[in-house]
Amino acid sequence: MLRPVEYQTIVDAVCNLCMNIACNLSDDVLNALKAATVKESNPSAKGVLMQLLLNAQIAAEKKLPICQDTGLAVVFVEQGSSVFVNPPNGRPDATITDAINEGLAKGSESGYLRKSVVADPLANRSNTNNNCPAVIHYFAVSGDKIKISLLAKGGGCENKSRFKMFLPTAYKDDIIEWVVDVVRQAGADACPPFVIGVGLGGDFELAALLSKKALLRRLDSKNQNDYYADLETELLKRINAVGPGTGGLGGDTTALGVLVETAPCHIASLPAAVNIECHAHRHATACI
Amino acid sequence: MNEHKEITTPLDEKTVMSLHAGDEVLITGPVYTARDMAHKRLCELIDAGRPLPVELAGAIIYFVGPTPARPGEVIGSAGPTTASRMDAFSPKLLATGLKGMIGKGYRDATVRDALMKYKAVHFSATGGAGALLSRHIVSSEFVAYEDLGTEAIRRLVFDKFPAIVAYDAYGNSVYRV
Repeated sequence: MLRPVEYQTIVDAVCNLCMNIACNLSDDVLNALKAATVKESNPSAKGVLMQLLLNAQIAAEKKLPICQDTGLAVVFVEQGSSVFVNPPNGRPDATITDAINEGLAKGSESGYLRKSVVADPLANRSNTNNNCPAVIHYFAVSGDKIKISLLAKGGGCENKSRFKMFLPTAYKDDIIEWVVDVVRQAGADACPPFVIGVGLGGDFELAALLSKKALLRRLDSKNQNDYYADLETELLKRINAVGPGTGGLGGDTTALGVLVETAPCHIASLPAAVNIECHAHRHATACI
Repeated sequence: MNEHKEITTPLDEKTVMSLHAGDEVLITGPVYTARDMAHKRLCELIDAGRPLPVELAGAIIYFVGPTPARPGEVIGSAGPTTASRMDAFSPKLLATGLKGMIGKGYRDATVRDALMKYKAVHFSATGGAGALLSRHIVSSEFVAYEDLGTEAIRRLVFDKFPAIVAYDAYGNSVYRV
């Protein structure tokens, strides 16, 4: 038996997610910012961290977006094999993709979000005026639930994300050095302190996808594989030792967390991707 | 918080020369907003020898594309965007008398040289602190390019807007890179 989910339920869920994440940082990000503020030894960087905590408080109280760049909506959908989306009356062809975009448009308007999406990259950069379309990734899973995770990705940090195809014989230190260099080059432009997503393995596009999907994990989580959990810890230590520091002003806090995700890959390849995420790390999940 | 210098706009040469990389400032008075597309249009006008829609002599340009204001509010969230995307345009605007810019992150050598040549200054405000910074904006009106939406040129009035001198007119920078 397939479980039906109403089209409007998806619309409403996405609408609520995008309004909510624009103004409210999750508890793991807030906790990481607070811990960094206490630990920071550079007075200028500490001042910026205090501004960020005050900013989060004002945003939540005033229902004002944390950052004016309310982002490009990146949506991860895990759809159970025993659930389907029931199209609305009179629109038998309407899909879950339509529902997600409808929710995004509604939430962007009702939440007073900035319209940050253009319809065409080069020929005619005209604004779509509703933040659509979302970038959507679908995953087929077992069960009768639909899990929708929304990440609001700012342009400044996304611009600094990088991909590299390593030789399959590369050492762990080669990867570490490259990741640290990518973060160093992202610098003040990308709004440190960052959250760093790292994707290793798969192929050209899967490595990039993993680096972004990693950002959905809680900052207080660890990779389930001990080797990669250690890699996360080592990368965080190395990144914070090198800088650029909060706001690019130096000090102890360049990243709040490093999240690594991996996949099997070809014997000839070792694809690697780094997704830079700013401190306004906005994401949330609805399970329907 | 550390000690702040209070400055008012428009900026004169004396004020500019009193500022040094790393100084924390509170800015009060009118400023203009402009991002990528507005910069491109302003520079196309300069190249064509045509007048600009705003007077840049002594002005500060804030690189920002705010969120829409909720009813009863002056402006939405309004933090700085990445300054380096304006590097190709800024020297041309500085040559027309622009005295200050506010963004986040680094500026390239051409901008740093132009700051020295034309005696101007570049400020950084805290990226991602748009809610906090919006509390220091007391008025906002469109003055040009309204078709650009959030990228239109606005005239904002600041009240003690917090920023740091990132690049001064002496060639110094607050950044290590």
